[in-house]
Amino acid sequence: MNNVLTDTRPIRLKGRSFLALVLTPELPFDGWLARLDDLAARSAGFFLRRPIVLDVGGLDIDRSQLKELIGELANRSVRVMGVDGARSSLLGVDIPPALTGGREASDFEAPAAETTGDAGHGKTEASVHHPEPQPVRAMPSIIISQPVRSGQSIVFPEGDVTIVGSVASGAEIVAGGSIHVYGTLRGRALAGSVGNSSARIFCSKLEAELLAIDGLYKTADDLEPQLRGQAVQLWLEGDAIVAKTLN
Amino acid sequence: MAKIIVVTSGKGGVGKTTSTAALGAALAQRNEKTVVVDFDVGLRNLDLVMGAERRVVYDLVNVIQGDAKLPQALIRDKRLETLYLLPASQTRDKDNLTAEGVKRVMDELKKSFDWIICDSPAGIERGATLAMRHADIAVVVTNPEVSSVRDSDRIIGLLDAKTARAERGERVEKHLLLTRYDANRAERGDMLKVDDVLEILSIPLLGIIPESMDVLRASNLGAPVTLADSRSAPALAYLDAARRLAGETVPISIPGERRGLFGKIFGRRAA
Repeated sequence: MNNVLTDTRPIRLKGRSFLALVLTPELPFDGWLARLDDLAARSAGFFLRRPIVLDVGGLDIDRSQLKELIGELANRSVRVMGVDGARSSLLGVDIPPALTGGREASDFEAPAAETTGDAGHGKTEASVHHPEPQPVRAMPSIIISQPVRSGQSIVFPEGDVTIVGSVASGAEIVAGGSIHVYGTLRGRALAGSVGNSSARIFCSKLEAELLAIDGLYKTADDLEPQLRGQAVQLWLEGDAIVAKTLN
Repeated sequence: MAKIIVVTSGKGGVGKTTSTAALGAALAQRNEKTVVVDFDVGLRNLDLVMGAERRVVYDLVNVIQGDAKLPQALIRDKRLETLYLLPASQTRDKDNLTAEGVKRVMDELKKSFDWIICDSPAGIERGATLAMRHADIAVVVTNPEVSSVRDSDRIIGLLDAKTARAERGERVEKHLLLTRYDANRAERGDMLKVDDVLEILSIPLLGIIPESMDVLRASNLGAPVTLADSRSAPALAYLDAARRLAGETVPISIPGERRGLFGKIFGRRAA
């Protein structure tokens, strides 16, 4: 059977990062679940609507124990979206999918203990920092002050990337924010990679192989030829990449 | 203080072995004790270009594996007594090179030589990374065409990341040696121009070696081009490059073709 594709719009593939709460169970699970119950009792709905990841790295358990633990958590309305650090023998269709490549973020603030100074809660809160809410921070950025060579890849999902030098053919810049190249851009530049449609790409000389903003791509062949070799900025207007010469 | 130079390129066939032999001979002619080391285990060529293929008894792999002592494997050049060759093994492969073994050989060579020139194999795998591992200076051999330039760029990135110096937070001194350059063809746009290559690679220029039949002739004679005919255009270019490596300031020139002035004008007009 042949399916005729009538709608030829490309499927849009994007990366997006979410902050998940990571639970690290400890053996024996009975004791750990009791401490979890205690934490939940102090703040109803602490786990509600939060993506939960179970970190089982270093735990000596088998698959039935893991399944049982996930069941116990489900009974407490804690739904596990993924398992980190699991051996492949622990995984299966009835276990949430394995997650890899996570990066540390600041710890979640656990609900505070009663102000009566109950020392019994000290153990639960041993790993909790940042008692006050985090202030709004400026978007981070990095500056690379040498040429990016062929085969090198600069990945910075946190924010802007500035290159003082050229980006060689076969090199790649991936930024969560905008990309600035004070030199010739010959390689690939992927801006707004974590779903930032306001990201832009700037370069003092455009010879790029591939340009992308927020998951929308443009190859060298799609570029207007008169932009080649020019100082150019690119941004997103709706679902189209717009390019214009600087100056 | 001994200096370790790696002659590297990423791409094959651009002139690494020719340049290793020519620069080695040129440095040795300055009365500085020089050894050229072939890292192309399994595909050795440096012994042929040096004209020492019939004198190889032990090789680099034998020394690394402890089957021979370093002085047993070193071959002294018949023309220059300051020039030595440490050949590669033809019957083994690059897996026989170990990081510790290479370091031991380099440390031992540093005690008795002024210049250690490592002829890297093509590629970016084990042989190439071990050849560049202990280098103080890298000579990046590039032809004026896009694929060679891109491979050189890749190698420069590795020199900044994978060498012992880079891991200590120091930098490997990098120099571009542009080989097989033909001014007329560059002018016609058949080849990249010197400025284009320099703009892409952004490392200092060590020299421009003209495309010449003398290079092939010297290889077949089994002599480094700087020894075979030291008055030829490529030999003069290599001799200048060696002087720059040794720290002298020599202005860069594109060595003139053999034709006279009339030929040059005629050549330009024909193009």
